[in-house]
Amino acid sequence: MAEAKSPSGLSKVLNAAWVRPFLFLVVIVVAWDLSIRLFHIPAYQIPSPGDVVSVLISDWPELLRQSWPTTYATICGFLLSALFGIPVAMLIAGSKTVESYVYPLLVFSQSVPKIAIAPLFVVWFGFGIIPKVISAFLLGFFPVVVSAVQGFKSVDPDMVDLARAMQGSRFKVFCAVNLPHAMPAIFSGLKVSVTLAVVGAVVGEFVGSNSGIGYVMQRSIGTFDLPTMFAALVILALLGVILFWIVDRIERLVIPWHVSQRDDISFAS
Amino acid sequence: MNPATKPTHAEQPAAHLRLVSDRAGGATPGIKLSGVSKTYRSRDGDVPSLRPLDFTINDGEFFVVVGPSGCGKSTLLKMISGLLPPTTGEVLVDGEVVTRPHGNVGIVFQNALLLPWRNILSNAMLPIDMKRLARDKYLARAKALLKLVGLEGFEKKLPWQLSGGMQQRASICRALVHDPKIMLMDEPFGALDAMTRERMNVELMRIQRETGKTVLLITHSIPEAVFLADRVLVMTERPGAIAAIYDVPMPRPRSLETMSDPVFTELVQRIRKHFFTQGSLD
Repeated sequence: MAEAKSPSGLSKVLNAAWVRPFLFLVVIVVAWDLSIRLFHIPAYQIPSPGDVVSVLISDWPELLRQSWPTTYATICGFLLSALFGIPVAMLIAGSKTVESYVYPLLVFSQSVPKIAIAPLFVVWFGFGIIPKVISAFLLGFFPVVVSAVQGFKSVDPDMVDLARAMQGSRFKVFCAVNLPHAMPAIFSGLKVSVTLAVVGAVVGEFVGSNSGIGYVMQRSIGTFDLPTMFAALVILALLGVILFWIVDRIERLVIPWHVSQRDDISFAS
Repeated sequence: MNPATKPTHAEQPAAHLRLVSDRAGGATPGIKLSGVSKTYRSRDGDVPSLRPLDFTINDGEFFVVVGPSGCGKSTLLKMISGLLPPTTGEVLVDGEVVTRPHGNVGIVFQNALLLPWRNILSNAMLPIDMKRLARDKYLARAKALLKLVGLEGFEKKLPWQLSGGMQQRASICRALVHDPKIMLMDEPFGALDAMTRERMNVELMRIQRETGKTVLLITHSIPEAVFLADRVLVMTERPGAIAAIYDVPMPRPRSLETMSDPVFTELVQRIRKHFFTQGSLD
């Protein structure tokens, strides 16, 4: 049966969901290499994929060593944005007064370019990890708040009434109804937040740091070492993908009931 | 006597079409509303939702309210459950004035409103969790109720795996699990298709007979109202007031054939006239 359905093992592998992004990546890399050869783009403008890969291999220990501070700052900043973002969203969704005071200011603070104020954190907190964490936190915070507010607000008021009519205390109703209901929205915010936290950490490293992938990029662009710069970009992209994947896994564990996680179909019509 | 019921008194042809504003019999009033009105405050001023209402619902009675959209039917339900304080007057449940949620009600809304992360059994147990009652004591009751509504074997399923009708049955279980005296139903079958709806009507009557609950049901459908009710309260357009209260003197148990009974059709006709004279029932 299985033999008849799949003519060859190779086409089965090529059609697997996890292979597709890699295939697409291969296509992009090939196009990149071809265009460099075809248009004679000099290596100091765009390095060839081969050069980047060779730097990745030869400098791997150094790149790995430098990626730890970035990862660390990203995770700290991300956790902080979840830790503060969700309670702030609860307050905003729970009280019109808090919303009217806090929300406009929050939006206003988002329009301030973080890169412009990042040097300020260096002035305040020195060249350690703190400026990076703060900058990762500031970038990751907003999407968590916005999604979580939307999640908390989209609870059916009838559902809350129903639980309240059963004499459920505010806290009990919140835990049983509002919080689980907001979970999918919170997670979609967390996913955006984690990728932005990577950006935030790198921005922190740009302005004042002597370690991390951001620092490697800054240094290599200064010496026109483009293959190293691109290798650092690859590392950053990998970091973003891995962190995103981890949040996605946690989401599957926490909200297995949600529509986006269902893969089997309904059997009772 | 309620002044709103007076004009129709003169033209009463048969006994079963007689208006009853209040049944002062031996039965105890489970729910009593005296002068209950509701006015919502909004930026544009006060919006009256319900004009003062006076009526009682007896213990074990099947009481149905029909009325046009936005006549304050849902407000009425919220006030009886204690979720909303009336602007004037008092709601009494079992002789006690309702000031806050008293938990002696089970509520069924138009949407089943099951929590998607809880399985059917655990959804039915929600009131037990909210009221902090002993879970193990009520687990057997929840299972028995699920069996009563024909959901045996679906306890471990998640709500989305069930059809609309089955979900609504589960929500009826949830309304009954803590053994409340009163069941409040706000257009419970409005979202179901016509065939499922008829079947659910018959089942609801059976469930009410077997559990002996007092039921207050709100509906848009006049035939549904007459089919289910011991008494039907007809409401006017916003702000809602009592247009009339009708007795439904048809014996129980009723079946779908009851709907072709001349008493049934006459009563439906008569209630429909209320809405033709004052507007439409959408």
